[in-house]
Amino acid sequence: MSPENVNCLPESDVKLTLGLPGGGPISAKPAKPPAAKAQVVGWPPVRSFRKNAMKSCKYVKVAVDGAPYLRKVDLEIYSSYQELLNALEEMFSCLTIWNYLNERKIMDNVNGMEYVPTYEDKDGDWMLVGDVPWKMFVESCKRLRLMKSSEAIGLAPRTPSKNSSTS
Amino acid sequence: MNYFPDEVIEHVFGFITSHKERNAVSLVCKSWYKIERMSRQRVFIGNCYAISPEGVIARFPELKSLTLKGKPHFADFNLVPHDWGGILYPWIEAFAKSRVGLEELRLKRMVVSDESLELLSKSFVNFKALVLVSCEGFSTDGLAAVAANCRFLRELDLQENEVEDHRGHWISRFPESCTSLVSLNLACLKGEINLSALERLVARSPNLKSLRLSRAVPLDALQKILMRAPQLVDLGTGSFVHDPASDAYNKLKATILKCKSIKSLSGFLEVAPRCLSAIHPICHNLTSLNLSYAPGIHGNDLIKLIQHCRKLERLWILDCIGDKGLGIVASTCKELQELRVFPSDPYGVGNAAVTEEGLVAISAGCPKLHSLLYFCQQMTNAALITVAKNCSNFTRFRLCILDPIRPDPVTMQPLDEGFGAIVQSCKRLRRLSLSGLLTDRVFLYIGMYAEQLEMLSIAFAGDSDKGMLYVLNGCKKLRKLEIRDSPFGDTALLMDVGKYETMRSLWMSSCEVTLGGCKTLAKNRPMLNVEIINEDDQIDFSSDDRQKVGKMYLYRTLVGPRKDAPEFVWTL
Repeated sequence: MSPENVNCLPESDVKLTLGLPGGGPISAKPAKPPAAKAQVVGWPPVRSFRKNAMKSCKYVKVAVDGAPYLRKVDLEIYSSYQELLNALEEMFSCLTIWNYLNERKIMDNVNGMEYVPTYEDKDGDWMLVGDVPWKMFVESCKRLRLMKSSEAIGLAPRTPSKNSSTS
Repeated sequence: MNYFPDEVIEHVFGFITSHKERNAVSLVCKSWYKIERMSRQRVFIGNCYAISPEGVIARFPELKSLTLKGKPHFADFNLVPHDWGGILYPWIEAFAKSRVGLEELRLKRMVVSDESLELLSKSFVNFKALVLVSCEGFSTDGLAAVAANCRFLRELDLQENEVEDHRGHWISRFPESCTSLVSLNLACLKGEINLSALERLVARSPNLKSLRLSRAVPLDALQKILMRAPQLVDLGTGSFVHDPASDAYNKLKATILKCKSIKSLSGFLEVAPRCLSAIHPICHNLTSLNLSYAPGIHGNDLIKLIQHCRKLERLWILDCIGDKGLGIVASTCKELQELRVFPSDPYGVGNAAVTEEGLVAISAGCPKLHSLLYFCQQMTNAALITVAKNCSNFTRFRLCILDPIRPDPVTMQPLDEGFGAIVQSCKRLRRLSLSGLLTDRVFLYIGMYAEQLEMLSIAFAGDSDKGMLYVLNGCKKLRKLEIRDSPFGDTALLMDVGKYETMRSLWMSSCEVTLGGCKTLAKNRPMLNVEIINEDDQIDFSSDDRQKVGKMYLYRTLVGPRKDAPEFVWTL
């Protein structure tokens, strides 16, 4: 078994001096692994539970226009826009997700206000939720805002969107 | 043979608690065997397939505490298919039918269903302690059954399990009459928790000494809970995020000052670094600190914290502490016995922040260190030799260089000499994990010097069968050997087949052993189960014996091939 990357080590950069740590010049900086190194199954030997816990979890703030405080959701735990909006519905229990797939509007049961789900992306722009594939959205979303429909001029769709395959 | 009545001998045996010693005592003579078995209360089964539950009950009818381990260790790293086995239910079923008054159950790497938890909770009136480590297969419904039915529950300890969250407020199922809790560890739970129910539970548990919360418990809830339990000795926080200028945070700071007994601290599953100053006042009492699930804390904040922790005996951290931070640990924590440094980037060979320098500093500064788990970017022979000189007390030494076949970056040599120095110096070494570029030579050293070695983990190491043979011949106390991606084949495997009956188990994956070799091994060996894990139908059993076996797991057993093996597991 000859591991493939033994030959990739930058031998010419290394002075072969055996000195106690701190004693001589440390001539070898940690060698960068070859860029195309394949992931070895089960290496490094870290328990799956720990690996999963260390995955970057994606907590973003959720603001609802008119609500006194914000909430936070972890986008990583949902796998589709529908799941996310259902969770938001539970969180802000006065709202109902109404015909999301077609109209992308959220309805306040009590006072009849309509909300449009929007998010701020990595560039700082405010976007309508639902245009891009779910994973791309999770990657780029920095915060969510349920915007009052009356303010969402130019953002809210007037016609049902054709692109509803968003999970 | 006995000069004393049996009752006297039994009384003496009551002072013998370790499993090894009780096992030894039971071998002295028939009379001692009988007295010992009738009085043994704690039974440890390292491999749930080595014996049947009925066999355990028959031999130890008075048992109160059972420890069971299921899947092989490499299952932790996704090397064992999901439904390989390790199922709890038959054990609970058998015990429920018997007259055993089970009070404690400790499980590791087992598949635990909600049905088994429910049956457990209803079958044993005096059930007191449930400890689940790296288990799976159950949900919060199973926990609800335990909460509702175990009236004298003292300990519910869930460590790193995969628990399905079924909502439904399982914490509320603890009846008002349940006031016996001493230890409650919920850290691994992912779902929402009914915070007021939890607070009320803590309030009515005056004996609660250990409480570890999940991520779903925010900082303000933590404060309320701590108000109810100032007597805690072991605390695991949940989410530790708040505006440091807020009332809630200031309240927490004040409350923590009342918790004068806290010696062990963990959690910080989500943390805002500016909030950490709240715990500085209790750091001087800490003997155990686990920040290994807190990636949000940067090196400097870690250092500020650790500088207060002069009494620390156990430290689990992430490699973002850096070599510099480890230097601070070395100069501050003179009582340190156990250190674990985990990778903050567990997915790859990324930017590990610790090297051999950190380890050398620790070895120089912490004379009581005996247990180490160290994930690092690189290691040198010189460093290992120095560590061996500084610290000859190691009982557990696990080194993981993130690039598994990395040589000494200074000399470009394999790390044989370094590990050789460790095994030669550390005469009490019981557990060793190797990594880095290694030849057969390191195994020669291990066979020669590692006389007390019980568990050895090998990955991507060695040149030939000689390596494995050095270990099998030399390490008389070896119990568990696990090898992956190393060039050991049939010659090594078959040289001394009797050896495996003195061990608990052997795992070999991606090595050079063939189907024929495994078949030969298994022939006429009723005390061994030789299992081939045949994922994706890689092996065609009807044809060529020269095929290499992807994964082999063999273990000694009293009960022959197991009946619950899935399709892809073949017992030869």
